[in-house]
Amino acid sequence: MKVLWLQSGGCGGCTQSLLCHEPRPLFDELRDAGIEFVWHPALSPESGEEALAVLEACADGSRAFDVLCIEGAMLRGPNGSGRFHRLAGRPLTEWVRQLAARASHVFAIGSCTAWGGFSANTPGNPLEACGLQYDVEEPGGLLGAAFRAGDGLPVVNLAGCPTHPGWIVDTLEKLACDGLTAADLDEFGRPLLYAEQLVHHGCPRNEFYEFKASAEKHSDLGCLMENLGCKGTQAHADCNTRPWNGAGSCLKGGYACIACTEPGFEAPGHAFQETPKLAGIPIGLPTDMPKAWFVALAALSKSATPKRVRDNAVEDHTVIRPSVRKGGK
Amino acid sequence: MTRIVLGPFNRVEGDLEVQLEVAAGLVQSAQVNSPLFRGFEPLLIGRDPADALVIVPRICGICSVAQSAAAAAALADLAGVTPPPNGRLALHLTQATENLADHLTHFYLFFLPDFCRPAYVDRSWHADVVARFAAQRGSSVGPWLQARARFFHLAGFLAGRWPHTLAIQPGGSTKATTAAERIRLLALLREFRSFLENRVFADRLEHFAALADADTLSAWAAGNPGDLALFLRLAGDLGLERIGAGAERFLSFGAYGLFPAGSCGGDLAVDPLDTGKIVEDVSHAWLAGEVPLAPAVGETLVAADKPAAYTWCKAPRYGGAVAETGALARQLIDGQPLLHDLVGRHGASVTARIVARLLEVARLLPVMESWAQALRPGEPFCLPAPLPDTGTAVGLVEAARGSLGHWLSVRRGRIERYQIIAPTTWNFSPRDATGRPGALEQALVGLPAGEGALPTVQHVVRSFDPCMVCTVH
Repeated sequence: MKVLWLQSGGCGGCTQSLLCHEPRPLFDELRDAGIEFVWHPALSPESGEEALAVLEACADGSRAFDVLCIEGAMLRGPNGSGRFHRLAGRPLTEWVRQLAARASHVFAIGSCTAWGGFSANTPGNPLEACGLQYDVEEPGGLLGAAFRAGDGLPVVNLAGCPTHPGWIVDTLEKLACDGLTAADLDEFGRPLLYAEQLVHHGCPRNEFYEFKASAEKHSDLGCLMENLGCKGTQAHADCNTRPWNGAGSCLKGGYACIACTEPGFEAPGHAFQETPKLAGIPIGLPTDMPKAWFVALAALSKSATPKRVRDNAVEDHTVIRPSVRKGGK
Repeated sequence: MTRIVLGPFNRVEGDLEVQLEVAAGLVQSAQVNSPLFRGFEPLLIGRDPADALVIVPRICGICSVAQSAAAAAALADLAGVTPPPNGRLALHLTQATENLADHLTHFYLFFLPDFCRPAYVDRSWHADVVARFAAQRGSSVGPWLQARARFFHLAGFLAGRWPHTLAIQPGGSTKATTAAERIRLLALLREFRSFLENRVFADRLEHFAALADADTLSAWAAGNPGDLALFLRLAGDLGLERIGAGAERFLSFGAYGLFPAGSCGGDLAVDPLDTGKIVEDVSHAWLAGEVPLAPAVGETLVAADKPAAYTWCKAPRYGGAVAETGALARQLIDGQPLLHDLVGRHGASVTARIVARLLEVARLLPVMESWAQALRPGEPFCLPAPLPDTGTAVGLVEAARGSLGHWLSVRRGRIERYQIIAPTTWNFSPRDATGRPGALEQALVGLPAGEGALPTVQHVVRSFDPCMVCTVH
């Protein structure tokens, strides 16, 4: 399976993250699954004219490829000219339109590519940025809501900022081995293999969440939802069951999930690291739980919080250990 | 005179085109074009100041931690807070992890594949170089990716993930390392040392770091089976120690309390850093502005139809001079003897820039080991850092690629102005209003180019390890 990769209005971090793939080195992993890069801007030997020849051949149909991976927002400005990003003198948006028409599958790598990035979420959208098939959460984007790739699917949105290497490798391998169908994607076109979970699942702070024992300041061990802006109960991704960089996740790193797989995460309407509240109750509650239940449950669990959990929640290390019972009682 | 456009110039971070005027097979003048505009500075205006910690790492996927560190330093300056010792050590470790990984990612994935080109097929080293360094399939590429992924486990433990962490705060780190994790950090550092000492240096790090001049370096490389020595032998064969000199000054903001801040000229005599000498000129960028402005009062306003412009990159100048920044500048300003000798003989060069990066790897890993040893689980990692409603602040750090500065002003609790000067903005700057070319533009003049020329231009461009996404933040 041949993959053509281009970058545009993004940071290149999804490629840098992809190179962290484990346990096998990325290129060995892909090669043995029958996946190869036709060209990748950061990784291929061809430069300048040789690279341009590859891109032109792919664009005019004389060189076959299967998957078009785009990393970075589509920049249509200034004034619709596409001049904020040109490749060989032509707006990258033109290249993408042409290549997408030839591709059997189109993948948006990262949230910028899927939804449009920071500019698209800033008043006035100064870069006139958009996603491949979304303007933030509205279908549309560069390719339009009606776009379908050769496989009949819309753009596959590997959203995340950055993407986990496993999300990309597993989606490519799913496609190479079994094919990909609409049933493999959620309502926003994200692969269910990582988007059917919530970041909350497997969160190492779950005991603090259960008792609403909340962190009050950075580096506290407690739950980050009540005060520090955590959206793990609303964000679709498997970050706490699929480890980042061996042993990590945002929550394990001590900071809030900012829901970077969700459209619009860049402009939450409040400071990222603070939880907006109404009458003392966080406004961003779990998506599928009636508010009254949550409030009742929170009040009950707060009243039942063990001292150990309450005290540890506001420290950066365990000050009260779980008690040890002797004699198996 | 013929005009050649090299682009898309790949295996750099981000987008780059280089335009050359060539006569009699030699470059007469060069223009460096950053063809992608990111516009982060205007996007930050009006935000809560602490939001910068979420937004600025996303300027760059390869030096994300350096961007976080610069923002955190600026906010710490604004709050008047200093992180506690554990917080400082955790930040140093996270930043050094990115720094070292970037140096070797550049070495293995971006820089070395060019020596596999057919143009070098008749060289004695070519077959060995292809076997080890060919893009995506060389025998050293897989082991590097594996070592890199394992090394980034440090970031997993210390910062949750890489890239794009929020662990780095003005008051320290959100992640307090546990006693058990500290043992793992030390083990990961030993594992990475083993990779370096077996494959990269084929020698003890401390032994390589002690090589004091160009002759001992050549003698060291002669019989050494490691990947760096293979590069040094081919570099000697191609004379890469004699090509690539560019700017008249070197600049460093200082790093880790280990490498000092300062600047120096061709005589390598170091002056203290004076940030008051820094201005940005936009005369050849598609940006509006009449006169060069200090970053504290700088602006980023699009002027896409400006006739004299050819890039989205501004032209920073230091006391009017074009400056080169990066590992070489850091090591020269630190007075490192091997690089003083290399640059003293031939000026800045492709070889000197690569040696400086690898030397930094060899010097920093042992220090990282001592930082991890010094972590004290149970003692604080983060202090409160309440931000004032109004004020100005500066955050200066060294990214892998050189000096990175964030200049911030806050009014009524919102960001009023945010200006960034990134390392490659210095190195790949365009001409300024006096017509003086940037560091790379100068370094390319006189090199062979055009039909049948060796890919020397490619080596010189990549020797700077450009990060274009930072450049055009």
